[in-house]
Amino acid sequence: MPDRQQIYAKTLGLLEPFNKKGVAVTEATRFAQDLEWDSLTVLDFVANIEDEFDVIITMNMQAEIETVGQLVDALVRLTDSRG
Amino acid sequence: MADLLTKFDPLIEQREALLETGLTDPFNLVMEKVESPTVAICNGKRTILLGTYNYMGMTFDPDVVAAGKQALDDFGSGTTGSRVLNGTYAGHKAVEQALKDFYAMDHAMVFSTGYQANLGIISTIAGKEDYIILDIDSHASIYDGCALGNAQIVPFRHNDVEALDKRLKRLPPEAGKLVVLEGVYSMLGDVAPLKEMVAVSKAAGAMVLVDEAHSMGFIGDHGRGVCEAQGVIEDVDFIIGTFSKSVGTVGGFCVSNHPKFEILRLVCRPYVFTASLPPSVVATAATSIRKLMDSADKRAHLWENSKRLHAGLRQLGFKLGTDEPQSAIIAVLMPDLETGAAMWEALLHEGLYVNLARPPATPAGMTLLRCSLCALHSEDQVGEILGMFAAAGRATNCIS
Repeated sequence: MPDRQQIYAKTLGLLEPFNKKGVAVTEATRFAQDLEWDSLTVLDFVANIEDEFDVIITMNMQAEIETVGQLVDALVRLTDSRG
Repeated sequence: MADLLTKFDPLIEQREALLETGLTDPFNLVMEKVESPTVAICNGKRTILLGTYNYMGMTFDPDVVAAGKQALDDFGSGTTGSRVLNGTYAGHKAVEQALKDFYAMDHAMVFSTGYQANLGIISTIAGKEDYIILDIDSHASIYDGCALGNAQIVPFRHNDVEALDKRLKRLPPEAGKLVVLEGVYSMLGDVAPLKEMVAVSKAAGAMVLVDEAHSMGFIGDHGRGVCEAQGVIEDVDFIIGTFSKSVGTVGGFCVSNHPKFEILRLVCRPYVFTASLPPSVVATAATSIRKLMDSADKRAHLWENSKRLHAGLRQLGFKLGTDEPQSAIIAVLMPDLETGAAMWEALLHEGLYVNLARPPATPAGMTLLRCSLCALHSEDQVGEILGMFAAAGRATNCIS
């Protein structure tokens, strides 16, 4: 089971190809406001995250996730619960 | 006071900027007269209709019109009531029987619009603990059905069987699952690989709902849609459809063989809490559906029209949404909204109406000129249409 730091690092790696504005990403970076992603970019990024971590991030969960840190927290929970 | 409409300012500005250039508003066209399923008078000019979804051209069918007039005389102008109270007339039962016969299915439930059929069925059958797995490019009514209910929503990449399969396998095996697909996707006119998608859905223990709004009457040997054409109609749990396209009136429906289907009439809020369709509408729908059962010649002619328009537009140098014609929708890709709006207006001046489609309704931020063919477009009209595209395309520098 990967620890939080590993999950964060992998998330940053997957995020980079979509970081068209070259924003300096931290845990506080917000997907909509800071990265200015539209809904299609979000869907593509989420699909890649889901495949990498072998999880499902439902649209209901996505609505609660605003920042990179919150996404990492969600991934920690999702990969944890799978054991 | 905080003005709640401030949030629409960016859209207001975009519209104003577009209209300031002197363009006709593409979302404000008025048809002053409608002469037939393929011709109307717009701004005083005879205009060929190529963006109406009137696939089978039933809107002026003499039998259909006569049935509507008779129902107006016999049953009045409206029901003023819900289907479950005073709003079920003989005509509503008759149109449901026509649907059962058309699809060879046990149950049919008619809604006041196709939008409400998706809204009602999807929000009602998938509960809080259940999952809805849907194609990213699903129609707004499917997304709104998800939003009205409280199921867990899982989207997958458009028409990607592997993406669907992977997500189904990641979900808890015991959880309730509804896979929502469309036969024909209305923006690009592409067809779903239903055979493979239904197979992986069934293997994962999911129920399957297919929206066949854009294929009814036209695709499949009996016009039952893409499910029929790909041989999986028996494995599909629910088919959603509409009367506002091939049937040529307004209304929506769900057909199913599920033994407990009838209970949905009591628990489906968009069915219960609205007035039923007027008697004239259900009478025209029932007559039209029965005529569509026996329309193989019209289906063949519509395919011919679709193939000819697709090949002709390609030859002129337009980029199209699909490599091959897959349905009666042909989407012409525009480089941006400004060019799309200019081309739309140039076509209107030529005497041709198509749909201008733009984000967020379109996938991947595309601007499209969406053409939907009719079985009653004559060979001459298709030729005329191609001539108009050539002239308008050159005038706006879309083609050389």
